[in-house]
Amino acid sequence: MKLDTAKILQKRKKQILELWMKNQLVDFSLREDLMSNDELSVQSEELVDVLLQALSSGNLDDIQSSSLEPVYEVLEGISISRAKQGYSPRETGTFVFSLKDALLSILQQEIKNDPVQLLEESLKVSKLVDSLGIITFETFIKGREEVILRQTDEITEISTPVIRVWDGIVAMPIIGTLDSARTQVVMESLLQEIVETSSGIAILDISGVPAVDSLVAQHLIKTVSATRLMGAECIISGIRPEIAQTVVHLGIDLSGIITKASLASALRHAYALMQLEVKKVVVK
Amino acid sequence: MDKIPILKIGHFLMVAIQVDLYDRLALNLEADLVQAVSKTGARGVLIDISAVSIVDSFMGRILGNIAGMSKILDADTVIVGMQPAVAITLVELGLPLKGVQTALNVEKGMELLQQKIKITEEEEPEE
Repeated sequence: MKLDTAKILQKRKKQILELWMKNQLVDFSLREDLMSNDELSVQSEELVDVLLQALSSGNLDDIQSSSLEPVYEVLEGISISRAKQGYSPRETGTFVFSLKDALLSILQQEIKNDPVQLLEESLKVSKLVDSLGIITFETFIKGREEVILRQTDEITEISTPVIRVWDGIVAMPIIGTLDSARTQVVMESLLQEIVETSSGIAILDISGVPAVDSLVAQHLIKTVSATRLMGAECIISGIRPEIAQTVVHLGIDLSGIITKASLASALRHAYALMQLEVKKVVVK
Repeated sequence: MDKIPILKIGHFLMVAIQVDLYDRLALNLEADLVQAVSKTGARGVLIDISAVSIVDSFMGRILGNIAGMSKILDADTVIVGMQPAVAITLVELGLPLKGVQTALNVEKGMELLQQKIKITEEEEPEE
């Protein structure tokens, strides 16, 4: 009996595909801007091919069976690529679940005379497609998470550039909220740059940091201590009046740290430390 | 038993730690160095730890101790070439080595020591 269903489906493969395509194309959420109909039909055909192959070679009852693995693989590939292309979960779900309608209506046509068998087979097919749906969602979410993780990494990297402002002076403007993970990156890349350029002075500009709480302040103090340990001087600049207020209210002691209101004054201080002088030259 | 060589350069002593310091070696270094400072009357101690990649709280304390002991014997200690990872570890361990001077490399550390000596020599006649 199991083989019957597989055989029936194999036999009517072309119709299944046509029906499925029709179901998909009817759906209002079809995103023609993301994928052309041709591509869609190629994807659909690939999936139906593996699915029917797996069914005819294996057991339809057992959704854990190893013969279904190639199906899952193809499905995972499709799902991940959809997640990356920016499909919504509903659109991705519709893609798989519209296959169920196609399969069921073919079964309905073929097993007209035996309602018991029809019910039995329909349940099996339904269960199978449901499990395919679950796989799709799992991989869809995994794909999205990968995208998010990659973006997080990129943002962390981009948002903490180290600039060589002068020979022996590096600066790092920090933009955005500092959390522990970012502070680690800030500290590491600043220290690394100090080693690479053997700069004696590092300026940490926090004018782009919206708020300073005790945790951020502690991170800043740690960074300053670490630069000192390496033999460089660290100046914190860009402290806005509101931030100065919060720092004092929180009772954070920044007295051991050189702080300046602007990057310009920090630079001036750095020049003084390096015994450099900036002069206006009168052009004759 | 392993020993870390202590070199005398002019008024200064120089130590380059090229191996990972285990506790016993660090204690020996501490003892040897204090002896050497007192024997040579050195005015400064330069410790190069650029080859050290692993540090623990014990070693952090030893470095602090060396600085403190040398200070009593009238010698300034400069630690040079600390790796970023080591610096981060020490800070995270809560050992910012207050009272220890630092420099980026041996050259800058030497300059720093020489400046110190000049300053004290200039001051001394006035006293």
